[in-house]
Amino acid sequence: MLRVESIYKSFDDFMAVNGACLTVERGALVAVIGPNGAGKTTLFNLITGLHKPDRGKIIFEGQEIGGLAPYEICRRGVARAFQIANIFPRLSVFENVQVAVFARQRQSHNLFQPAQKLARAETDAILQSTGLESQARRVAGALSHGDQRILEIAIALGSQPHLLILDEPTAGMSPEETAKTMNLVQQLARARGITILFCEHDMDIVFSVAQSIMVMRHGETIIQATPDEVRQNHQVQEAYLGGADA
Amino acid sequence: MSAENEKTVYESACIRENPRSKNEIVMYGVMLPKHMPIKLAAPRWLWLTLALLLALLLLPLAAPLFYIYIISVIFVTALLAMSLNLVLGYGGVYQFHHAVFYGVGAYTATLLITELAMPAWLAFAAGPVVAAFTGLLIGWFCVRLTKLYFGMLQIALGSLVWVIAYRWYDVTGGDNGIHDIPMPEFLMSFQGAYYFILIITVVCVALMYLILNSPFGATLQAIRDNPERCEAIGVNVRQHQLIGIVIASFFGGVAGVLFVALERSVFPGLLFWVLSLEILVMCLLGGWFTFAGPILGAAIVVALRTVASRYTDYWTTILGIVLILLIFFLPEGVMGWARERFKPRASKADQGGVS
Repeated sequence: MLRVESIYKSFDDFMAVNGACLTVERGALVAVIGPNGAGKTTLFNLITGLHKPDRGKIIFEGQEIGGLAPYEICRRGVARAFQIANIFPRLSVFENVQVAVFARQRQSHNLFQPAQKLARAETDAILQSTGLESQARRVAGALSHGDQRILEIAIALGSQPHLLILDEPTAGMSPEETAKTMNLVQQLARARGITILFCEHDMDIVFSVAQSIMVMRHGETIIQATPDEVRQNHQVQEAYLGGADA
Repeated sequence: MSAENEKTVYESACIRENPRSKNEIVMYGVMLPKHMPIKLAAPRWLWLTLALLLALLLLPLAAPLFYIYIISVIFVTALLAMSLNLVLGYGGVYQFHHAVFYGVGAYTATLLITELAMPAWLAFAAGPVVAAFTGLLIGWFCVRLTKLYFGMLQIALGSLVWVIAYRWYDVTGGDNGIHDIPMPEFLMSFQGAYYFILIITVVCVALMYLILNSPFGATLQAIRDNPERCEAIGVNVRQHQLIGIVIASFFGGVAGVLFVALERSVFPGLLFWVLSLEILVMCLLGGWFTFAGPILGAAIVVALRTVASRYTDYWTTILGIVLILLIFFLPEGVMGWARERFKPRASKADQGGVS
């Protein structure tokens, strides 16, 4: 479904992504791991169009998407939740998701119909599936940190993505929030058939949830394999799991 | 996928199946049980608005000419300020030189009447259209930049338009402007102009209300809050900002036409940057995150200017002092302050809605 072929991106003289490769099969849960500064977020930025790659190919559902604008990539079915809560703080929780649904329905140019009456069913369904329905009318900026991160995912679902990219979905969460979030992520993958690509620092989560793991270091791909194979790989053990960052 | 199908799929994925999660939601809910204000006009507001409209309709029967004139000025200015706030408060676009579109609307209507002897109604309709087109031209360049740089480029491009009005004596009358523009009989009296301005302003404000409560309006507010995220959910941010600017320029042009209908004259001050600053202050003063804020801001500024100019020539000094006080004491504007003051249960975060 998604194939990243030896991609490069430098900022000034710093090679943030240095020939990384990644394959994501349809319906899979794929994790990207690596020490801080390994280039995970930059890789996600390249896939979602926030940065343009210097070299290399990004192929999604058979088409090259490298270098397209973020909104074009989103329209092809790649949605993303960010590492920091990246929501619309002055809008209500309901509106946060509704705006994404409008964009997907190509309704955001609609000038004269009351927004209140449109896209309700779909927005309500997303809020329900993410457990945010009781807070629908609250101002998003007033939500707790954990709920803002869940809202992140809910906004991404408004795009009805084929591929959902989650950048450290549980960073800064309490253990209960983490469990709830990963539960949600797995159920989305199972019930809706959304392919999920995520990066995460918590190794317990990664090895229990992911079906395939890609390990990055210094912007390069060390290996992409099943959790068992990754665990046994010497290079990974030396470079990463045994290191101070693990 | 239909909405019904969608719902069943989601319900099967619903995490409420997990009995634990219900408590968790309650757990978060305790922290800040704040909700959004109701968006569509509640009956109370509807009656208040209708009563106010009725009072305004009857006003010319009782009020002295001077007040009819001042209230007309307030309407024109309020429409101008609201058109700015459509992109400023709701779109987060730093439209620093909005007066240009006001001036272009006014000059277009005037020149079509005086130079081409067009019927006034046709000229009035052309004013906003040309203003919107100017908005498209200037906006097309400006949306390529963000925030402050957007504002700086707009001031630069807008000043070019001002120079045309200021220097092209043969057509625009230069710094003298054009006066005693012929008007239809109906607009020759202050009462006639008042009713014309009242009706057009009400129609325009209603249209802007519709637009701000439409999916486009919601998207515009989302762009204001977080443009980067908007791109990521499939919104072409620049395109939406440009459409917003064109709409705002159109209504700014309408205000310019109304100015001509009231004053029967135009002059370069209409598109000078000082006026842009003044309307910016009106939006901030009234409350730029509220729908009616700019109306209130315009009323205060016009009233203040009228009173102050009786005693002093230094109106801009007073405006400056007002601005300083505003920044320190009313950062959310009068409406924003009132909302907080008179709704004790509403939190600071509740100020995002159209009310």
